[in-house]
Amino acid sequence: MSFNNLDTLYRQVIMDHYKNPRNRGTVEGDHLTVDMNNPTCGDRIQLQLQVNDDIVEDAKFDGEGCSISMSSASMMTQAIKGKKVEEALKMSHMFSDLMLGNEVEDSDMDLGDIEALQGVAKFPARIKCATLAWKAMEKGVDDEQEA
Amino acid sequence: MDIKAVRDAFPILHQEVNGHPLVYLDSSATSQKPVQVIDKISEYYRGYNSNVHRGVHTLGTHATDEYEGAREKVRKFIHANSTQEVIFTRGTTTAINTVAVSYGRENVGEGDEIVITPMEHHSNIIPWQQLAKATGATLKYVPLQADGTILLDDVEKTVTENTKIVALAHVSNVLGTINPIKEVAAIAHKNGAVILVDGAQGAPHMNVDVQDLDCDFYAFSGHKMCGPTGIGVLYGKKSLLNEMEPVEFGGEMIDFVNLYDSTWKELPWKFEGGTPVIAGAIGLGAAIDFLTEVGLDQIVEHEHKLIEYARKQMEQVEGLTIYGPEKRAGLITFNLSDVHPHDLATVLDAEGIAVRAGHHCAQPLMKWLEVSATARASFYLYNTEEDIDRFVQGLQTTKEYFGDVF
Repeated sequence: MSFNNLDTLYRQVIMDHYKNPRNRGTVEGDHLTVDMNNPTCGDRIQLQLQVNDDIVEDAKFDGEGCSISMSSASMMTQAIKGKKVEEALKMSHMFSDLMLGNEVEDSDMDLGDIEALQGVAKFPARIKCATLAWKAMEKGVDDEQEA
Repeated sequence: MDIKAVRDAFPILHQEVNGHPLVYLDSSATSQKPVQVIDKISEYYRGYNSNVHRGVHTLGTHATDEYEGAREKVRKFIHANSTQEVIFTRGTTTAINTVAVSYGRENVGEGDEIVITPMEHHSNIIPWQQLAKATGATLKYVPLQADGTILLDDVEKTVTENTKIVALAHVSNVLGTINPIKEVAAIAHKNGAVILVDGAQGAPHMNVDVQDLDCDFYAFSGHKMCGPTGIGVLYGKKSLLNEMEPVEFGGEMIDFVNLYDSTWKELPWKFEGGTPVIAGAIGLGAAIDFLTEVGLDQIVEHEHKLIEYARKQMEQVEGLTIYGPEKRAGLITFNLSDVHPHDLATVLDAEGIAVRAGHHCAQPLMKWLEVSATARASFYLYNTEEDIDRFVQGLQTTKEYFGDVF
């Protein structure tokens, strides 16, 4: 494997999110908190979501982990902010598809920066890093809906 | 030691990974297997696969002889007094759990203490946590020094007359610390406690003499010492094992079974309920033959040279933090400046170099080191200075790579 291959994993935009994470911190006011970790590698994320009238008003995260898990969390918070819960979940499913290496086609939904993570699909050992934040979001929304 | 002959015995080493010759530096997770072990297992399945300790047919006798022959090899390898003291288990984890459940539930009660260290693998922490919770005993830790060693003075202070069990690693799987087992055993015994040694990282890499160490229990795994997965050993002093109840009940381990009551076979079989891991035990026997033929002393010396060389070469890499004491077993746990260990391991993998990244099943120790994860390079008899050169080059490459993108 050459560096070209590594470059498909460590895209510039990923490293930018890793170095300058967006929405890192805590949500002011009413919010729900989800803690999730990846027990096999020690990555850890705390996600805070403010959901009003089925809209994700705010999303912030904190945690420790590799460039893939932290940049993915940064991108996710950016992507779901202002979206309907249903849309956020749909994005999560699209993201899972992306990680499975499947073509993602949906003109209604722009994944933006997130598409930079599609290179992860070629590194099976790292897929769980990328999906950690999304799993946390799904769990938060589930808990909220059950409550 | 003829390193070429050793390497030639391991078919897996002679391949390319991601376009580069494989450099395998993850033997502390699991070692590779020599052709002698692979062939021995194959011979069993091809030639005399049968259940052991039953039936009178020829194949069954052959299988039983090989299975019990492997037990004798283990006995000799760890210098146990008798094969009755050698119990085959699924691995180190099962061996420790057997002691925690069988010996622990019988001998530990409210107000008693169990003493361990913060450098333990999860498999030598959680069984004791569970035992403490179930019995009302207290779990105590011998504190670690800044370099990741323990002081005998601290062991003296932590172990009291209320201590019933002391459990610690022979060698730390993260720090490489070699613990003074014999001295700790003496302190445990002085206080009336028994000592269990987690030998998962010990038995593969050094001469183990359970009688000289005077440990009461010694647990280790086959797959870290050139044997197959799924087989391990619990050594225990006969006097203790005799008093202990089995934890698994069923076939193979019984003497007489009546409608409402049963009796157990004698040692070691009373602890081996169900059809055992026959191929695994026979494979472990072959691994012991292999290691013995190469020579444990030669292996120790080889690893020592490698670790010295690796330290010297790694010191030249700027931004590298090495964890653990000066005097260590054949592994180095480290971090490279701001690069997360997973990212480091991915870049090294792209270069054909296999290292471990993560918390190494030692979360309390990671907390103590104040890191969330580390990378680890571990060495065994088949590694060479060239492997280390490639690895150190890989570290430089990683730095350059992330230096560019950061």
